[in-house]
Amino acid sequence: MTEPATPYMASKKATPESSVALRARIPGWGVDLDPKDRPSFPREQPGIETGAHWKFPDRQPEMQPRERSIEHAMLTPAFGTSAPLKGASGAIRGHAYRRYSEGRAAHWLLLIAADRVDAWENHLKSFATLRPDNPITETGIGSEFSGNGLKSRTGKRVDANHSWLDPVIVAGPWVLAGLGAAAVLRAVRGRP
Amino acid sequence: MRAMVYRGPYKIRVEEKDIPKIEHPNDAIIRVTTGAICGSDLHLYHGMMPDTRVGTTFGHEFVGVVHQVGSSVQNLIPGDRVMVPFNVYCGSCWFCSRGLYSNCHNVNPNATAVGGIYGYSHTCGGYDGGQAEFVRVPFADVGPSRIPDWMDEEDAVLLTDALPTGYFGAQLGDIVEGDTVVVFGAGPVGLFAAKSAWLMGAGRVIVIDHLDYRLEKARSFAHAETFNFAEYDDIVVHLKKETDYLGADVVIDAVGAEADGNFLQHVTASKLKLQGGSPVALNWAIDSVRKGGTVSVVGAYGPIFSAVKFGDAVNKGLTLRMNQCPVKRQWPRLFEHIRNGYLKPSDLVTHRIPLEHIAEGYHLFSAKLDNVIKPLIISTTA
Repeated sequence: MTEPATPYMASKKATPESSVALRARIPGWGVDLDPKDRPSFPREQPGIETGAHWKFPDRQPEMQPRERSIEHAMLTPAFGTSAPLKGASGAIRGHAYRRYSEGRAAHWLLLIAADRVDAWENHLKSFATLRPDNPITETGIGSEFSGNGLKSRTGKRVDANHSWLDPVIVAGPWVLAGLGAAAVLRAVRGRP
Repeated sequence: MRAMVYRGPYKIRVEEKDIPKIEHPNDAIIRVTTGAICGSDLHLYHGMMPDTRVGTTFGHEFVGVVHQVGSSVQNLIPGDRVMVPFNVYCGSCWFCSRGLYSNCHNVNPNATAVGGIYGYSHTCGGYDGGQAEFVRVPFADVGPSRIPDWMDEEDAVLLTDALPTGYFGAQLGDIVEGDTVVVFGAGPVGLFAAKSAWLMGAGRVIVIDHLDYRLEKARSFAHAETFNFAEYDDIVVHLKKETDYLGADVVIDAVGAEADGNFLQHVTASKLKLQGGSPVALNWAIDSVRKGGTVSVVGAYGPIFSAVKFGDAVNKGLTLRMNQCPVKRQWPRLFEHIRNGYLKPSDLVTHRIPLEHIAEGYHLFSAKLDNVIKPLIISTTA
């Protein structure tokens, strides 16, 4: 009868590579062997030196109302100001922050929905500027040619089963919007 | 200044933006010389991270030169060459004062569950990132450090996230001498995790991916055994066979939200945004680790629910450990390892892309073209 596999017995059957062999083969093998002598150990170190020379930081001026999670007791002393709330997407985001905590699915699903609205608001707005959105340059599709797109996709890549969806996701709404605009134009022209 | 700007899923461009201003007395403005695209930036790029607003600039891996400092900054002066951890953190809140820098409570009004991250959506604080000529760095006395004279700039930029996160992933595994360690994902973080597992005394390191060129790098750079999961009907069963049916002692998920290997999981997460992430690698980790083993998660996931096989984790008595890496706590040891020649992070750099061509860089990295592993972004001010 063959010997049972490892988990059916008390010890590992396979003989591991010796530490001497590993040290010779792998540069630096075992230099951090002691778990207690690794960075971030212990995980929590009360009083750790951080460079902060304040008990509580100065507060960044709130130049315009700043949305915040209702799980926060107050606006944090520092915050990002990269893209304040605006438009319909801003209204949806503001509602998600005011009404729902981070523990509610509605909070995140509204924020995801607002992201889609935001993209379309800005695409449409861009058509009234000297630099309208250009899905060709903005998707960086040019690297398909400079980056050996076809050759790179040979071999056993499992992402081939879904990468065909990317152009549908990117171009699909533009095609639908174009067809919609054409239909509206046709309808307007067709009126007596 | 010139800056990468998000225009919606899969669409970015370079625009003219105002140079950021000092908004808080402990801010610094950094002139970026080298940045990078992180695998986790792709989750933003694909529109997966809630509250990613059009007009924001991505980029949480960057180094540069101090351009201006706020009135309370004591440790930096204009002209200093600095490396900036991806964490925005205050250094003084309940969490920071215990060393949990990535869980800072004073920098992100939008969420309590996550700290601040440069250029990583409003869910992470709404800060612009470093894929630009200039960037605002809050709490300049806490986060940034001067780049040591002996350190290469490309090594420094990889120390702002990828290397510390990979090393932290291995550390979270609580590896003991002789352990069998499996790493899912042969991107930069996975490769650094595999390499770090040896430093912590692993007896065997196995890396799993579906991209042969990355697995080749796992063998040459991280001395790992490798398996392409696309070649196996069931990679979990294969790993069981490889470990004489015991399972690995430690498994590290260095893939995160856009894991491949299950069409339904990937499409519902990455394409339809109905999950916070595709938990294929995490589920494989739970299934391929031994009972009583440890699963370390450093792959990035969004805040929405994901279909994780939690029952197996309970029934196997697993230890699940995870966090965003508190980068600056890792630095002294990693500096030592680089100086001693045990780690050479810039060996993973495959592409150096001018900021003006960043849209092509994102597509190249997203579609995994041209054997890309780590693309750097070279600023026009460098």
